[in-house]
Amino acid sequence: MKKTLSAILAAGIAFAPLAAFAQDGQGPNENTAQEEEVAAENADAPEEEAEEGHAETPHYPLRRPEEMNWSFAGPFGHWDVGQLQRGYKVYREVCAACHSMNFVAFRNLEDLGYSEEQVSTLAAEFTVQDGPDSSGEMFDRPATGSDYFPAPYPNPEAAAAANNGAVPPDLSLIAKARAVERGFPTFVFDIFTQYSEAGPDYLHALLTGYGEEPPEGTELMSGTYYNPYFISSSALAMPQPIYEDQVEYPDGAPQTVEQYSRDVTAFLMWAAEPHLTERKATGFVTMIFLIAFAVLMFFVKRRVWAGTPH
Amino acid sequence: MSDRKGYAVSVNESADPNRRDFLYIATGAFGAVGAAAVAWPFIDQMNPDAATLALASIDVDVSQVAEGQSITAKWRGKPIFIRQRTQQEIDEARSVDLSELKDPMARNANLPGDADATDVNRAATDKEAWLVMVGVCTHLGCIPLGQAGDYDGYFCPCHGSHYDTAGRIRTGPAPENMAIPPFSFSDDTTITIG
Amino acid sequence: MSGHSSYVPSNGIMRWLDARLPLPRMVYDSFVAYPVPRNLNYAYTFGGILAIFLTIQILTGIVLAMHYAAASSLAFESVEKIMRDVNWGWLLRYMHANGASFFFVAVYLHIARGLYYGSYKAPREVLWILGVVIFLLMMATAFMGYVLPWGQMSFWGATVITGFFTAFPLIGEPIQTLLLGGFSVDNPTLNRFFSLHYLLPFMIAGVVILHVWALHVTGQTNPTGVEVKSSKDTVPFTPHATVKDGLAMIVFLAVFAYFVFYLPNYLGHPDNYIEANPLATPSHIVPEWYFLPFYAMLRAITFNIGPIDSKLGGVLVMFGSIIILFFLPWLDTSRVRSTAFRPLYKVFFWIFVADCIFLGWLGAKPAEGIYPTLALLGTIYYFAHFLIVLPVLGLVETPKKLPNSITEAVLGKQKSESGAGSPAGAAASPETKG
Repeated sequence: MKKTLSAILAAGIAFAPLAAFAQDGQGPNENTAQEEEVAAENADAPEEEAEEGHAETPHYPLRRPEEMNWSFAGPFGHWDVGQLQRGYKVYREVCAACHSMNFVAFRNLEDLGYSEEQVSTLAAEFTVQDGPDSSGEMFDRPATGSDYFPAPYPNPEAAAAANNGAVPPDLSLIAKARAVERGFPTFVFDIFTQYSEAGPDYLHALLTGYGEEPPEGTELMSGTYYNPYFISSSALAMPQPIYEDQVEYPDGAPQTVEQYSRDVTAFLMWAAEPHLTERKATGFVTMIFLIAFAVLMFFVKRRVWAGTPH
Repeated sequence: MSDRKGYAVSVNESADPNRRDFLYIATGAFGAVGAAAVAWPFIDQMNPDAATLALASIDVDVSQVAEGQSITAKWRGKPIFIRQRTQQEIDEARSVDLSELKDPMARNANLPGDADATDVNRAATDKEAWLVMVGVCTHLGCIPLGQAGDYDGYFCPCHGSHYDTAGRIRTGPAPENMAIPPFSFSDDTTITIG
Repeated sequence: MSGHSSYVPSNGIMRWLDARLPLPRMVYDSFVAYPVPRNLNYAYTFGGILAIFLTIQILTGIVLAMHYAAASSLAFESVEKIMRDVNWGWLLRYMHANGASFFFVAVYLHIARGLYYGSYKAPREVLWILGVVIFLLMMATAFMGYVLPWGQMSFWGATVITGFFTAFPLIGEPIQTLLLGGFSVDNPTLNRFFSLHYLLPFMIAGVVILHVWALHVTGQTNPTGVEVKSSKDTVPFTPHATVKDGLAMIVFLAVFAYFVFYLPNYLGHPDNYIEANPLATPSHIVPEWYFLPFYAMLRAITFNIGPIDSKLGGVLVMFGSIIILFFLPWLDTSRVRSTAFRPLYKVFFWIFVADCIFLGWLGAKPAEGIYPTLALLGTIYYFAHFLIVLPVLGLVETPKKLPNSITEAVLGKQKSESGAGSPAGAAASPETKG
């Protein structure tokens, strides 16, 4: 009893500082092997299913997302500001055509390294409805920093009507609202490697996962597009959203689907958790403090109990 | 969590701190620092949040406000009186000697804190017809009525404070002139407040 | 323990107060002079840790309520504003959400300690029953709190859990309608859940006071299970237990902080970052991890038992799994309190722990394939542990020889340690070094 308890408690503490290294070192390697296995298994799944008729519901996603290296991962995670700016450009020119981002305000873009004036300029590219004015009419005006990103459709019904019946989900929280289940024992290791990028990994995999021919026997509903990384089916209503050279990067970063996907995913992670770096930095100080406090308390405890056999 | 009594006893045991005392004092200090650090987020959360602060400045269109008319805008949840005063009102305000004023300070956020409560210091810079002020009685926060009271300015019905045509307190329980918020004319017909 | 007080007011003011409201005396008697067995190990520190967590939850909860809007159209948005705009809102909310999980970690370890060292046995039955009441209140509070962010899991969790009541014939549906304030989970449900979620923690605090009161009447158990016989067996609560509890609290808080700052969503479900949608059910509805064993038992009953259909059967089994804890003091027939001296029961204790973890794992699995069958086996064992193993084992087991007193046990152990460090009683013996 005692040993189990102590072990559980100690493990969390002991591995906290180590996790930094685990993140770069063993973490990814160890998982790559697993991933390939799973991928191989899953590749067979649809075919088996086709042969046996409908023996069992296939497990989605058909393929697990690849684990990427994100600047915001790990205990010292931070934003790559250049990447966020590129990601915003992709969001602005591609995603925003169909997807809303209701909980993000233009003022938040200052986190991306823009000045107040730049934010005002970026906001003014959007039109928001305001009012009523003195005559009771609603009117349009350029957005300002305190406005939230306007939605491309006035309501979910309009969004569905314009998109073949499927409502494009809001992107404010998408990086936290999607994650492929990790399974045992990976989820145990995740505690020590601080893996919490299942959402970004999934988004990146989904955005780069288009363009394959569906395996034989896969029936696609009309108006859906095959993507083995899609979390709840073999195909989704969103067509491949982005192609090479679609968005121009002013900083010379490669204009590939791979790069676009990484950048916009990082941007979406920021949109979902804007205080992420602040959180991890505060956490570091807190952990150091608590560990030092525990050490002091340990010596106090030893001293108090010194003359008392127990 | 911490054992204050225990520390107190050991501190009192000897005058110069030996190693044992140091250990207890250091641990106690850690506990105190930790408690204080944890307390701060619980207090700071009550301060205005980021969305509230972002609304700190507003633009008001005053092109429809003719001489002798006023409008009320809302800034930080408070009414802002914006009035284009008549020449008579301006003259009335200018004729008052500073020594007659209950509060001799301008209370103008756009000027240094020790500016006098002259009419020039109360009105908008270079546009002496325009009076922009927080329409809140400095007594206990009611909204005064416009063009009323013994001095043709403002009158607070709650407790009977009389303000003149420059929003300066003349009689009644209010202690200060009505506050002037930070503002500027961004062009001839637009006032930016905040 | 009670009745005698060694408190001496230190000055005139305290003497004055003591004659009128002896609060300092009560605090002194309960938390300073209160004698605790000298051989308590770290498994006995979870009571203090739980007190800290009740405080954390109440404090963070009160400040979150300052920003939260309990209306179905605003709830999700207000939580996001807390996360994004409110100063330190992200920290307060993550502390509250993960605090609930760690509250349950601590309470499960606390309960396991009670099971292992026979803390429920006479004369501590009332103490144990009050603990089960606290556990039930915690579950209700946690469930209603999980509904408040108004995400998909909140909504569908609430739909499923309130659906339990429809299992009861005739009265079931009217009761469900009454609880929901409508025909489905909606704004009235959210409002009343918020109200009750705010109320219940204070009821928990009230029962905790009774729980501590009952504890201070009977005194603590200890790893030997032998009652305190003389003052040599005990040490004063302060400073001995205070610093030991303090150390355990800091270590536990460090693990908690690790999750709050580095893995704040590890114990949550991604679907709860999608706003509630009454027209779309998530593919798997999974409760929070601390409900998983009970969820598995609910789903294990897939067949009718006589007049009881499978739905009612599942609900009865699930509630029964907690109700049975109330009767534990009378189900265990052993005269020996501590498992340290019950070699057979020790094996069954760990099998029981493994069974609970097994059920928890099954609760997270989809109800298909072999899983419901495994869940049924796990459920049967869960009840067998209480209804068969405990009563029978107490009668047939030959316990090891008990020490005459705590002091004897402690000193005997010291001797054996200074020798070759015999491992004979190592697992059974209480914690030795910090």
